Amino acid sequence: MEFSIYRFNPDTDREPRMQAFTLDDAMVEPGMMLLDALILLKEQDDSLGFRRSCQHGVCGSDGMNINGSNGLACITPLSKLKTPIVLRPFPGMPVIRDLIVDMDNFYRQYREAEPWLVNDTPEPEVENLQSPADRERLDGLYECILCGCCSASCPSYWWNPERFLGPAALLQAARFIEDSRDQDTERRLERLDDAYRLYRCHSIMNCTQVCPKGLNPAKAIGDIRRTMIKRSL
Amino acid sequence: MNITVRKFDALIIGAGGAGLRAALQLSNADARVAVVSKVFPTRSHTVAAQGGVNAALANVLPDSWHWHMFDTIKGSDYLGDQDAIEYMCRAAPKVVYELEHFGVPFSRLDNGTIYQRAFGGQSQNFGQDQAARTCAAADRTGHAILHSLYQQNLRARTHFFDEYFAVDLIKDDQGYVLGVVAFEILTGKPIVIEAKTTLIATGGAGQIFRTNTNALSNTGDGMAMALRAGVPLEDMEFVQFHPTGIAGRGMLITEGARGEGGFLINGEGERFMERYAPKVKDLASRDVVSRAIAVEIREGRGCGRNKDHALLDLRHLGADTIMKKLPGIREMTLTFLGLDPIEQPIPVFPTCHYSMGGIPTNRDGQVVVPVKDTPEDPVPGLYAAGEAACVSVHGANRLGGNSLLDILVFGRAAANHILEYLGENPHHRALPQDSVDRALERLARWDREGEGEAVEPLRRELRKVMEDHCGVFRTAEVMREGVAKLQTLRERIDQAVIRDHTQTFNTARVEALELENLWDCAIATMHSALGREESRGAHSRVDFTERDDERWLKHSLYSLQDDALDYKPVRTQPLTVESFPPKKRVY
Ligand SMILES: Cc1cc2nc3c(=O)[nH]c(=O)nc-3n(C[C@H](O)[C@H](O)[C@H](O)COP(=O)(O)OP(=O)(O)OC[C@H]3O[C@@H](n4cnc5c(N)ncnc54)[C@H](O)[C@@H]3O)c2cc1C
Ligand code: SF4
Ligand code: SF4
Ligand code: FES
Repeated sequence: MEFSIYRFNPDTDREPRMQAFTLDDAMVEPGMMLLDALILLKEQDDSLGFRRSCQHGVCGSDGMNINGSNGLACITPLSKLKTPIVLRPFPGMPVIRDLIVDMDNFYRQYREAEPWLVNDTPEPEVENLQSPADRERLDGLYECILCGCCSASCPSYWWNPERFLGPAALLQAARFIEDSRDQDTERRLERLDDAYRLYRCHSIMNCTQVCPKGLNPAKAIGDIRRTMIKRSL
Repeated sequence: MNITVRKFDALIIGAGGAGLRAALQLSNADARVAVVSKVFPTRSHTVAAQGGVNAALANVLPDSWHWHMFDTIKGSDYLGDQDAIEYMCRAAPKVVYELEHFGVPFSRLDNGTIYQRAFGGQSQNFGQDQAARTCAAADRTGHAILHSLYQQNLRARTHFFDEYFAVDLIKDDQGYVLGVVAFEILTGKPIVIEAKTTLIATGGAGQIFRTNTNALSNTGDGMAMALRAGVPLEDMEFVQFHPTGIAGRGMLITEGARGEGGFLINGEGERFMERYAPKVKDLASRDVVSRAIAVEIREGRGCGRNKDHALLDLRHLGADTIMKKLPGIREMTLTFLGLDPIEQPIPVFPTCHYSMGGIPTNRDGQVVVPVKDTPEDPVPGLYAAGEAACVSVHGANRLGGNSLLDILVFGRAAANHILEYLGENPHHRALPQDSVDRALERLARWDREGEGEAVEPLRRELRKVMEDHCGVFRTAEVMREGVAKLQTLRERIDQAVIRDHTQTFNTARVEALELENLWDCAIATMHSALGREESRGAHSRVDFTERDDERWLKHSLYSLQDDALDYKPVRTQPLTVESFPPKKRVY
């Protein structure tokens, strides 16, 4: 099985290059994921850099660009990929080395969304109550694993990484706006009401297409806008 | 060498549930706290926990902390320390309510309270009817908890060192632990993080076994650091094999799947757990269910062409329950097996899952070691919590849902004790340069160039040795061979080299250091298992099939320096209630 993998190490390389790798077909087992293959390739060349941890799509470490679209290596079956398999780091994020990108800006935006529950009433001795229906409004929002696949596929994010929050951070914003226990909705909406932070999204939908957890940031962004409009009426 | 030194009141190594819960407590108390993690905090392994966290909230069925305590002690096969268990079970409801206040999106019951499901080994009234004690956020409870804790830490402005690898503890000649030598993975630069207290919260060592449910980062680094700093590890022979790992792959199917009503069948289509645990059947303790599967297969009643697994059947639960209560499980089986549990049963096999053993601590999270006649003398400045630690609340077998509880309760307790310690020890002590140098040497060892074996094949071999020589069923002979094999492996690891010697994000170096840590944990496990001549909880000896309370109701302590075992008594005296004396375990 043939691979073509983006290589760049700032210690030794001036320019990035694509390197060909071959994985012996005898080593390819049915049901194997791309991450399994990468681990075997790293045995051929231990300088091949990528992040990984959980191996089943819950930690969000191994996001990368796989044959042109962003995804998690650990849950991408080899059998579904056309060869040669072309692997690149996320587009639109600075490359640290090989398939490893610098996600500082992505995390900064996450913090900017103030992703924590705000509730200033005196603490009850037991749990705050929440109806199953109210809880259900968080489904499709809270499951985000911060892998970055969405933001790294969003053209608006590529062009305005400083000012547009990007789909992942906006999904977080929506998660807290929707939470019946959160009391900061008004301020959250005000903070987002900005030509760039929110309104740079042009509903291109790339984010939703690539999300490995099947989440829908584009819809969440649309919902925030609708809530804003409703409030301003 | 000119090396960066940073100073904090409290250092936490590890940003999983245990580390982040402790950090939050400290940050909220205005201590200067630093959290070091080799992966970005939300990528810590706690994120993978599925089923839930135990607390006697009694939202679904009647419950009490005392029943929870009984179940935990029985589950531990009476090896758990009863004072720590009482403390944990009493604290559980409060800790879960706190989580809810932090924003954890728990699933809800119709009356708006937290959803609770049944898990194995839970009972009402000291062994009567099944209880429902596990608080869940669908089957993504660990994710929900870890993210909420991280978010609250962001709010509290905790100081994070993301993607820093801790190499070794710094310890002065009076035995005080004063921080850690680490390196920044991004730049390869070493750093000294000095602190008045150090909390190890580095998680488990599941990667010592070939097939496991654990993240690749679960390499027992903290346990190995403790060993190298002269702290023995406790009860390392007790490794939990989870009954329902996906056969051949290892991904976990939560016990919650059986809690929701799923059951196991063998090759003859029989619900075999009815024979092994007539009363609670598929919800017996994990050690019991794992052994039952292994016996079924050994006796030729396995499923599939090679009769090498059992099947977990969820079909009768119906699409609605599976989609609402077990959506993550369905997503996983669809991805990894192309199988929809609504239509087909899932092939499962007992898979290495959890380290019951670890760094010995008391219930304040202080690391304790035997000194002369005291079996438990605190190491000044050193704390441990979570899967890396052994308090011991799980004894010989952990109950599902009790680990998330353990990491939260003892992460919090350790932080509270750290605050006390900081009050009494307000000043930094002098930094012992020799201890720093030793850690730097360990790091520099991997700069060696030239010929030598590579890391990954050695790692594979190590994991195979553990699986073959220290698996579900153990005998002295096979383990002796295992020890010998590990010893030759050690010599080969000492000669191994990596080829990548660049500085920027060198993952080869990280994996090499992890391999050394894996070996330390593996040898501790093998020796402790060989030493214990009885069967208890997860430790089953074919050559000593019975539990032997007279000789073995005690904790093992393995020390690396002496390559020797020592033992200390189990704390059978709870805090306020009567002791639960050992009884035969029937489920
Ligand atoms: C698949 C799965 C499902 C589970 N489900 C449940 C469940 O439903 N209920 C339950 O109670 N338990 C469950 N468990 C067990 C439970 O999740 C773990 O025991 C628990 O999360 C461990 O938490 P921790 O904080 O101790 O460590 P972890 O979450 O493993 O965190 C370890 C931290 O230490 C850091 N670290 C490690 N080494 C170093 C180093 N050298 N330098 C710097 N940082 C380092 C890591 O980066 C990480 O931040 C499950 C376990 C698995 C594998
Ligand atoms: S829908 Fe909006 S956020 Fe998503 S990719 Fe398009 S522009 Fe980006
Ligand atoms: S929304 Fe989806 S793609 Fe984006 S960071 Fe979260 S999990 Fe990843
Ligand atoms: S390794 Fe965790 S998401 Fe892929």
